Amino acid sequence: MHRRAVHRRSATYPPVQLTLVVLAASASACQAASAEYFADTDQPRADDASGAALHDTTIELPASLRGVPTGERAPTGAPVVVACGTCHNGEPGALPAQASEVAGPHTGLVVQHGGNTCGSCHDPNRRDRLRLADGQQLELTEAMQLCSQCHGTQRRDYDHGAHGGMAGHWDLARGPRTRNHCIHCHDPHVPAYPRVLPAAPPRDRFFGAGAGHE
Amino acid sequence: MGSRVTRRRALRVLGASLGGSAFAYAVAPVAAFVQATNKEEFLQQHYRELTEAGLADVLRRLEAETARDYGADVSIRDPRPLPDVQFGYALNLSVCIGCRKCAEACHHENNHDRRTNNSYIRVLEMTQGTMDMEQGRADYDHAVPAPGKYYMPVQCQQCENPPCVDVCPVQATWKEDDGVVVVDYNWCIGCRYCEAACPYHARRFNWHKPEIPADEINPDQAYLSNRVRPQGVVEKCHFCLHRTREGRLPACLEACPTGARVFGNLLDPESEIRWVLANKRVFVLKEELGTNPRFFYFFDT
Ligand code: HEC
Ligand code: HEC
Ligand code: HEC
Ligand code: HEC
Repeated sequence: MHRRAVHRRSATYPPVQLTLVVLAASASACQAASAEYFADTDQPRADDASGAALHDTTIELPASLRGVPTGERAPTGAPVVVACGTCHNGEPGALPAQASEVAGPHTGLVVQHGGNTCGSCHDPNRRDRLRLADGQQLELTEAMQLCSQCHGTQRRDYDHGAHGGMAGHWDLARGPRTRNHCIHCHDPHVPAYPRVLPAAPPRDRFFGAGAGHE
Repeated sequence: MGSRVTRRRALRVLGASLGGSAFAYAVAPVAAFVQATNKEEFLQQHYRELTEAGLADVLRRLEAETARDYGADVSIRDPRPLPDVQFGYALNLSVCIGCRKCAEACHHENNHDRRTNNSYIRVLEMTQGTMDMEQGRADYDHAVPAPGKYYMPVQCQQCENPPCVDVCPVQATWKEDDGVVVVDYNWCIGCRYCEAACPYHARRFNWHKPEIPADEINPDQAYLSNRVRPQGVVEKCHFCLHRTREGRLPACLEACPTGARVFGNLLDPESEIRWVLANKRVFVLKEELGTNPRFFYFFDT
């Protein structure tokens, strides 16, 4: 770095460090207030302090939570799925020990998710349902609760907009917001985020061949 | 704004402060600018001294120019800062994978020159364990994230003490009430002092008239943000003020496929950005310079 440090401080703009102290002091209040921001279903956030009605935050539901995608699309653009219940209606039998044992339309399934077994997430008595560690059954559409059981930190961050991203409005007083489901980004069976090829690099020479300017 | 500096006087000052060839080099864009400007544009008052009617005239003129030069039907507005709003931005470096989708979204949202693939965001590939952005590389071109690397997108940090604003000889760049540092492209003389003064390499100079096909121009424009810039002026990230001043999220945030970006109102104690500042160990780039950025970075711990 060949630039001279700028040690000026303008009187009109208070330094941000000061602001941060104030922010830290209000941290606990902030946490309590935002604990109920989001639910697994589409629920509007509670009214803010000013009493103005806030727009909804909608968590989009991945098609794979409604059934097995056929690869086709309805005229509306929505993916066509075959509901799990079409083939599963509480047939008995233990879950397989390994993904490679799975037959039918699911042949080729791969599971690489910590040391989890099928039973960590699936209800052994209902193929079309999930199950929490305490035995509570969940609909597939409630899968986020399942993830949160083991990944509380990410769920907390998600609830505060610091994991999982969003689209629409930062200001819910002015418009609604949509959010991804965990499963949009993490395949429950192989949750590691995939590597991708990046978009094209900039075509200026900056930071290129040895960090010169333009 | 205090005593008003005319652009003509600035040109004189510029001449006095630079020697021989440097001067010729520095004024080349200025000369081009003077040639390219029409009388109306040259006589235009500083943005902050325009009356409402005067501003409306300018906006209609710029729309007509875009239609003439680019064949695109655009609408140019002038959204003002919202009351009780100070924008802040935070970025989770544990989650960013360096895919450059943010830079790409900025390119399209903000009507950047297609030839240079310009963007207000540069994503730096950093070696794990290092923090000096000057060692980062923006030109990587392989699958990401690469082993041993992490990625640091850098754009205007909207400093509390912006060195770029202080060095502008004509006050063509300033800090607005919501914390966004803006440029009046019609007032900028292209001296590039601000570009040199920015420790974050966040400012860009339009060496050429931007090339953008008519059907790719984003028609949703604002005077101080994404309207097509003239040749010979400096530009920079403005936190998508044409979106954010209407309550919407910036284009780079919406485009991020990993959810690494958090944006909001620093004055709202319930905002996501405030939660991040209170609960994550955030840091700013080149803190030692005293610029006090509004852009924060953090790692999940
Ligand atoms: C087209 C019919 C069909 C649909 C639709 C379907 N499955 Fe299956 N599923 C099967 C068959 C066949 C098997 C293999 C049964 C076996 O091997 O005994 C199976 C097995 C399973 C298994 C257990 C693995 C095993 O071998 O016992 C689970 C869990 C499962 N399905 C869940 C689902 C879920 C969740 C959905 C909806 C997202 C779904 N299935 C949709 C046909 C279907
Ligand atoms: C971490 C939790 C988790 C584990 C572990 C897990 N699953 Fe699943 N599984 C899910 C969820 C959630 C869905 C529905 C959503 C989806 O597929 O995107 C699902 C869907 C399925 C489906 C139907 C649709 C599909 O994806 O093919 C089958 C079959 C299935 N699981 C079988 C298994 C088997 C067999 C195992 C063990 C080898 C297993 N799962 C382990 C969470 C899990
Ligand atoms: C029963 C507990 C359990 C459940 C339920 C569960 N996970 Fe996991 N998850 C784990 C464990 C254990 C690991 C491995 C952690 C490690 O390696 O440090 C893991 C790892 C991960 C990782 C990191 C993967 C990597 O390789 O980087 C992601 C992402 C993830 N889980 C997402 C999810 C999502 C999304 C769901 C809901 C569909 C979910 N998990 C449900 C226990 C669980
Ligand atoms: C917008 C996409 C997105 C969404 C939605 C999302 N995540 Fe992630 N998540 C990521 C990325 C990207 C990473 C970092 C992956 C990496 O570094 O390879 C990550 C990391 C993780 C990890 C691994 C953390 C570690 O330290 O290894 C877990 C666990 C996880 N996410 C759980 C969740 C859960 C639970 C949800 C839903 C509440 C969720 N994620 C929603 C993109 C997402």
